[in-house]
Amino acid sequence: MSERSERSRRGRPILDVRDLRVHYSTPHGDVIAVNGVSFSVAEGETLGLVGESGSGKSTVAMGVLRLTSPPGRVVGGSVSVKGEDILAMPEAALRRRRWRELALVPQGSMNSLNPVLRVRDQIRDVIETHEGKQPRRRLKERVLRLLDLVNLPARVYDLYPHELSGGMKQRICIAMAIALEPSLIIADEPTSALDVVVQRTVAQTLLTVKAELGSSMVLIGHDMALQAQLVDRIAVMYAGNIVEIGPVRDLFRHPHHPYTRHLIASIPSIRERKPLVVKDLRRPDPRTPRPTPALSEVSTGHFAAIPEAGDEGVVISHA
Amino acid sequence: MRGLSLGYVIRRVGMFFFTIWASATVMFFIPRLAPGDPVSAMVTRLTSQAGRVEGSAALITAWRQRFGLDDPLLVQYLRYLRGMLTFDFGYSLAQFPTEVGAMVGRAMPWTIGLLLISTVLTFLAGTLIGALMAWRRTPRLLRWFLPVSLTFTAIPFYILGIVLVYVFVFALGLFPVSGGYRNDLTPGFDFAFINSVIQHGTLPAMSIVLASMGFWALGMRGMMVTVAGEDYLTLARAKGLRPLDVLFRYEVRNAILPQVTALVLGLGGIVGGTVLVEYLFGYPGMGALLYQGITNSDFTVIQGIVFILILTTVTAVLIVDLIYPLLDPRITYERR
Repeated sequence: MSERSERSRRGRPILDVRDLRVHYSTPHGDVIAVNGVSFSVAEGETLGLVGESGSGKSTVAMGVLRLTSPPGRVVGGSVSVKGEDILAMPEAALRRRRWRELALVPQGSMNSLNPVLRVRDQIRDVIETHEGKQPRRRLKERVLRLLDLVNLPARVYDLYPHELSGGMKQRICIAMAIALEPSLIIADEPTSALDVVVQRTVAQTLLTVKAELGSSMVLIGHDMALQAQLVDRIAVMYAGNIVEIGPVRDLFRHPHHPYTRHLIASIPSIRERKPLVVKDLRRPDPRTPRPTPALSEVSTGHFAAIPEAGDEGVVISHA
Repeated sequence: MRGLSLGYVIRRVGMFFFTIWASATVMFFIPRLAPGDPVSAMVTRLTSQAGRVEGSAALITAWRQRFGLDDPLLVQYLRYLRGMLTFDFGYSLAQFPTEVGAMVGRAMPWTIGLLLISTVLTFLAGTLIGALMAWRRTPRLLRWFLPVSLTFTAIPFYILGIVLVYVFVFALGLFPVSGGYRNDLTPGFDFAFINSVIQHGTLPAMSIVLASMGFWALGMRGMMVTVAGEDYLTLARAKGLRPLDVLFRYEVRNAILPQVTALVLGLGGIVGGTVLVEYLFGYPGMGALLYQGITNSDFTVIQGIVFILILTTVTAVLIVDLIYPLLDPRITYERR
């Protein structure tokens, strides 16, 4: 496969995921949620990971962070961050690398903060866990600077999560994620729970601070329009696999896989009313083992799976 | 204080006094709605015990007068309220010259000592077991062993008490069989007496702890499971916090909230004693006193104990309400 040429073209990847497989055990056999996913993220790069609900985006994120919890389990593959395999590492070693190397901006901001701890304590605990005890004054200055960086007023320092709005909570999560200036930020649908205007400002904040730190980022979401503006490369997931990956402009101009076309076509437009009816997609049975689709390079750095027979039926009917 | 407004505290304390007044009033009128009166009941009992009591009619009249039972109801009621407010519960009907206050005063320290310690121990042991049952890092061996420790809860504690007495008193001879302290010692603050109190208290305490920690454990486990699904735990793990920090500051701290409410309420109820345990171990506490009062139809004693029970329970509820904003910042009584 020509993935290797892609890797050599860019610098050393910060994140390199090879053939990641995650299964969920159920009473009726394993559900194959992630069926051999490979991608890499270069230094400073933002990779968008898009796909419908249930396509395995968040499962990939949890797998990369080694936070897959039962009934899920990683059954194969490797995840390297700066060349070290996260999945093979002893737990204590991984714990010390967490947040310094890879931070998470969680999905569903509403519940990601501990309701009984003040904002300051939740940001402070991550700093003190990884950098040891610090004088209170310096710590406070540092937390206030972080809050300022994500455009939050200093008064939220002493507040509890329930006293904040959804957008503010998400900014707290971003402030927390950048506290240790991580090499890689995984943002799992960071804006999904927010209204459109707040979505934009939060996304903007995320990009600004990311640029300031020079971190790499994996931005998970299903909002193609938002992704188009934020990411360098985009990977489209469908039924547990990456079916297309490439530079964002190229992918938008020349989508190859039917599902990618489908996603792009579903971006609402003010000029044209699109029908909401979508023809049924042919989905593989999630429990039946299936081959990982081979990607072929359709243009420089742009890879797509060869659609299987029947996939062509994926169209949006313009009535 | 956080989450409290002066207005709320005033209203809440007003409610506190109202509850006490209302329950004291109910307690006054209910027995008086029933036919008969305690004095006749007592004389009848004396008659049945002694065979015949000389001049029982005169005795009844004299005692009715002495206890003020012939006064108008309102006068009796006001006298009763004054008595309750000053913790003067009058004389025991069954052990006449003894005052109820003195009897309660003698029994109370035993019960409070025994139940305070065993309730807190039960809470700590049960909550810890429950937390460990749900924690995903609990060693496998412990995970198997913990539920076994809860089988005692399936056994009622009076039966458990009998088993404990058999094993530790008769078979092993480790502990005395009954009472609160050795009779040949005079109560005082010296080693021999305290040691004897501990020796006598161990078995009753053990039966309470073993028998009821299961409820705490199951409650805690249930809450831990609920909390385990929360996003903030995933984030805490992603942050790379130490496992024990995640357990205590994130999981337990959130799961324990209902447990604390139950603990404070439970502590409010301890002055009632535990009738069965105290009876079984011949422990000189409030439960034994209450039992004695009930079997002897000793209304004033029952009244005194129940009033104190009301007082402590209502106080506990008040305390829970006032400290809750500190435990859970989401609860607030401030108007916003």
